Amino acid sequence: MLTYILRRLALALSVILATLVSAFLLFFAGPSDPAQAMCPETRCNPQRLQQITQSIGLDKPLSVQFLEYFKGLFVGRDFLYAGDTVHCGAPCLGFSFVTRRSVNDELFTRFPNTVVLALMAAVVFVTVGVTLGIIAAVRRGSATDRGLVGASQVLGSIPYYVLALLVALYPVILWNVLPQYSAISAGVGPYFLGMLAPALILGFVTSASYVRYTRNSMIETLSMDYIRTARSKGINERTVLFKHGFRAAMSPIATILGLDIAALLTGTLITEQIFGVDGIGRRGLAALKAFDLPVIMGTVLIGAVVVVVMNLVVDIAYSFIDPRVRLS
Amino acid sequence: MTATVNTISTQSAEARDAGDVVLDVADLSVAFPTEEGVVKAVSNLTYQARLGRTLAIVGESGSGKSVSSMAVLGLHNPKRTKITGSIKLDGIELVGAPASTFQKIRSTKAAMVFQDPQSSLHPFHKVGKQIAEAYQAHHKVSKQVALKRAVEMLDLVGIPNPQRRANSYPHEFSGGMRQRAMIALGLVNNPKLLIADEPTTALDVTVQAQILDLVNDLQKEFGSAVILITHDLAVVAETADDILVMYAGRGVEKGSAKEVLAQPSHPYTYGLLQSLPSHSEDLEELRAIKGTPPSLLNLPTGCSFHPRCDFKSQVDGDACWTQLPEWRPTPGLSNREIRCHLADPVATLKHDEEAR
Repeated sequence: MLTYILRRLALALSVILATLVSAFLLFFAGPSDPAQAMCPETRCNPQRLQQITQSIGLDKPLSVQFLEYFKGLFVGRDFLYAGDTVHCGAPCLGFSFVTRRSVNDELFTRFPNTVVLALMAAVVFVTVGVTLGIIAAVRRGSATDRGLVGASQVLGSIPYYVLALLVALYPVILWNVLPQYSAISAGVGPYFLGMLAPALILGFVTSASYVRYTRNSMIETLSMDYIRTARSKGINERTVLFKHGFRAAMSPIATILGLDIAALLTGTLITEQIFGVDGIGRRGLAALKAFDLPVIMGTVLIGAVVVVVMNLVVDIAYSFIDPRVRLS
Repeated sequence: MTATVNTISTQSAEARDAGDVVLDVADLSVAFPTEEGVVKAVSNLTYQARLGRTLAIVGESGSGKSVSSMAVLGLHNPKRTKITGSIKLDGIELVGAPASTFQKIRSTKAAMVFQDPQSSLHPFHKVGKQIAEAYQAHHKVSKQVALKRAVEMLDLVGIPNPQRRANSYPHEFSGGMRQRAMIALGLVNNPKLLIADEPTTALDVTVQAQILDLVNDLQKEFGSAVILITHDLAVVAETADDILVMYAGRGVEKGSAKEVLAQPSHPYTYGLLQSLPSHSEDLEELRAIKGTPPSLLNLPTGCSFHPRCDFKSQVDGDACWTQLPEWRPTPGLSNREIRCHLADPVATLKHDEEAR
């Protein structure tokens, strides 16, 4: 088990490194010029452009830039900022070209907001999706089943941003039923209440696919020979469904769940943007518009770490759910 | 091992007299309504299983042998199955019985060993726990007591080191051991009837005989009735007392297993035996029954076997395709019944065999 985890971690590091290199190269391969974007339109001249390019270090060769960035990640690095030397400790993600603030500050203060939103949404879609999916599977072919499957398909076929915008507009802004997002500095209560609207709509829409996953998985499990064996023991149907059916039906769901949570943690972009949640998705989007390489790299790095870690978590969780899976 | 058997099997105070009818199936029909029509899996099936005896139900795939025995345990989805007739298990009528009745009789009065032990045991639960669960469902005992019982059962079915093996998962067992564990599960509540549905089909040939011997030995110890569902006539010859041959959902011949195998009196049974390698001594070609089993959606009129029967020309008139033959004693044989229009099937079949 321990060697397995160590091996997986080594693999994870190489995946993250590869992601970093590709993101870096993609940025430079693209037709982006951050200096141009930062240069004030009215007073921009070649001298000024040159100055900006130098100040954010874009005049150095690509390999040097990458090595400096990489060095910063592990041992920290020093920046020359307005004549002063500023030390940025490991893991240093650099300084934003645009705000001149440390990327660590920019992202790590926002990441918790994304985590809270993603986890609240996950609680919603897991409870709603799995419960309704099981009801549909157990009452397979009934009006309840058809209604649930139909509703989940309708919900799944409406573009998510339309639904999110409607929720943001009506219950939140016009009717004031649900409070608007406010930063945690304004109080823990208002903060979580403000997360309610985005978490509910994100969770509810995601639950549509979980209804279908769960229903299909449960129906497949209930047709297994071991369920027939369980029934033939003379235990009650509830025990058959839950003790024998549920756990087996949930093992494929656990995999999807882990990857879905990872995807949400890398930034619930549309939700954050629509509800004004100050998370890394929204920050990343802003950075992308401004060609703000260090911030983009930071979000990519966080995303890669989250995905890799969640994959490992799923695999380890799987070995606890299914005894046939041995980690080696 | 015998000592363990004695302490376990005396748990039932009721006397078990060999020969008592424990399962009485009369005029049983099982049909599945589907979009294409009604699948008549079993039609008007009648048979008895007796304590201390092994009844073999033999037939091709789709002849209704598994379907009829699953009906005994109520394992068909009641919403999608139409069952008529009568199934009396130890005096309890099961056709139309509520789910609670089935829950009570499952494992205590009748238990089933399924074909594929690999898929029939829950992959996530430990073997001992799976057996203990069946015991606990019918006895008010603690988990420890139930688990101890499970270990005893594993010992009884010949699993070495049962204490440790009870803590293993099914995938850690070999195929033969898994089927032994299934048998332990089947017998844990000392049922009067054990239905073994092709218990050796999924197993290695070398293990098959061991499993059959085990079933036979345990039957002697427990005094229960065994229904052995199989398509393997060699298995029947080795283990069964009585035989019921099924074709397209109906019984076509029944009698003592040894006698039927030695002298079949129904053209279908005859065809089955002729198709065995030992009967084609020149080994050039096995004599298969021509044609294929009929669709259960649309059974042939009259005798279901008539489209494949070599002897229908020897029946006067059009009885074979207009009249369903009723059960009748085979002329010239005692303790034998067939569903066939042939006037003297024994002579007809004997004549055919000599002519080959």
